[in-house]
Amino acid sequence: MIQPDEWAEQNMTTPPTSTAPNGWTIPSIRRALESKQISARDLTKGFYARIERDNPRLNAFLALSPERAFAQADAIDAKIARGEPLPPLAGVPTALKDVLNTRGTETTAGSKILKGYVPPYDATAIERLDRAGAIFLGKTNCDEFAMGSSNENSAFGPVRNPVAPDRVPGGSSGGSAAAVAAGLAVVALGTDTGGSIRQPGALCGVPAMMPTYGRVSRYGLIAFASSLDRIGPFARTVEDVARVMEVIAGRDPLDATSAGHPVPAYSTGLDAPVKGLRLGIPAEYFGEGLDSAVRQKVEAGIARLKDLGCIPAPIEMRHTAYAVPAYYLIATAEASSNLARFDGVRYGLRVPGATLGEMYRKTRGAGFGPEVKRRIMLGTYALSAGYYDAYYLKAQKVRTLIKGDFDRAFQQVDLILTPTSPVTAFRLGERTADPLSMYLADIYTVTGSLAGVTAISVPCGKVSGTLPVGLQIIGPHFEEGRVLRLARAFEASGGFQL
Amino acid sequence: MKITKDDVLRVAELANLELTEAEIETYGAQLGSILSYCEKLNELDTSAVEPLAQVLAAERPEETDPVAQQHLREDVARDAAIIGQVVRRAPEALDAQPPYFRVPKVIERGE
Repeated sequence: MIQPDEWAEQNMTTPPTSTAPNGWTIPSIRRALESKQISARDLTKGFYARIERDNPRLNAFLALSPERAFAQADAIDAKIARGEPLPPLAGVPTALKDVLNTRGTETTAGSKILKGYVPPYDATAIERLDRAGAIFLGKTNCDEFAMGSSNENSAFGPVRNPVAPDRVPGGSSGGSAAAVAAGLAVVALGTDTGGSIRQPGALCGVPAMMPTYGRVSRYGLIAFASSLDRIGPFARTVEDVARVMEVIAGRDPLDATSAGHPVPAYSTGLDAPVKGLRLGIPAEYFGEGLDSAVRQKVEAGIARLKDLGCIPAPIEMRHTAYAVPAYYLIATAEASSNLARFDGVRYGLRVPGATLGEMYRKTRGAGFGPEVKRRIMLGTYALSAGYYDAYYLKAQKVRTLIKGDFDRAFQQVDLILTPTSPVTAFRLGERTADPLSMYLADIYTVTGSLAGVTAISVPCGKVSGTLPVGLQIIGPHFEEGRVLRLARAFEASGGFQL
Repeated sequence: MKITKDDVLRVAELANLELTEAEIETYGAQLGSILSYCEKLNELDTSAVEPLAQVLAAERPEETDPVAQQHLREDVARDAAIIGQVVRRAPEALDAQPPYFRVPKVIERGE
């Protein structure tokens, strides 16, 4: 039996400043548990030791849930002792973005307005992970209500990028990305409304998947923009992404928009050949604004896939330049409606007022941070009488055109390849002064959000040896399997280290 | 695009947000620049384009077909059994049977 200290020796020999992750994956944990090399309890202890050491520096976790984690670990150890078969994610140390409701663990969505809120129930995706044997280490930091691209909008301080501590991890799921990249969790859940899984995955250098709209139930997710929100995984390997996907995907009666399509065994089809796959390369994603070093890496990634027998082909997606304004109008309009529920009545903060209206205004004025207020203002404006047609309705029509770009492209090609982000991780504070410049950096991810398609960001080398670049692989609705297969082939070819 | 102080106050009123003088000024300027940028959408002629509210509906027309309504669950009442727990989490509540959320006295509509 490996003791926690030895485990630390074996897997945590790197100094605190190092970014080298420990080597655990879902299959290696399973093997270690089944062969009794380590218990789930000791594995969990080891991860908490690492979190205790590194989290003060990274700020990736907002709350830890050791009571639940050790109860989950003990349940797995009891199964092993009785010789029972283990569930698919048995003993896998998991981090959960703080916009997902977790029974008994503080859930704040990165906002002061929910500080101290402890939900009485689990989100469906969380419940499925629980049933699959995962171990919930705690809740990860994020931009307030998932609104941001740098994690600097968290009310509880920014997350630092494990590969470069003076830089942002991306956002909004920055804590989940950083936790996995730093080896503080084996897998993590994030949410993606305009790029909030894929972009931090790219900036921290880990695979990160946005499933098709409706593929994963949103029940229990604190809503930002309901027609765009997705829940999806971060992991260190494509296989682990696939293994989490096959647990969390599927129809849920508690989310009327969840899809009834059968869930394939994503992890078993990963090594099917990719030769002959047609890969669309849209020129619109390689134009002005794309950092030249990022372009170089992404082009090398495409060349690598060509070497594997895939067939890159230029495609046109001519409404791409309109995606950012359409996205920000639609997302903020939906947010202004969704966030109306935070009014000091049912949960979270209440600032007293003489009348009900005064209490609402004071509570919301004090509880929401600057970016959330800005977006509520923008969304309220876009929906208000006299402006609805010019802004919100116009944006919804442009959404139709953007989806049309994808529909046409997928008649010609099997998958689309783009950079995930036009830039690598930027310095903390570098972009906070100008919200619009921050929004513009979402250009390559908001398109797929509007079209409802699935996409993964996979590592594609590092600029000057340190800053990770993300390659985005976009697939048609419900073709997660195809996306994962290409991602796996890219990983196997050494593409992550290009 | 120019957003006046009155515009900001009107929107803040609709959104139930109390803003400081500094916020009113900052948001006025920032909303103006963001909305000007959004006017880029007017470069596109969308007179013959239908709006898209939600991708699944467009992707799965069978969902609106009564024959395919097996996706809808039976409309039966279920006891969530967590009402007491929910109410206990409120800033001010009366944990009685049935439980209540407490709010300031409502004098007139909107106030």
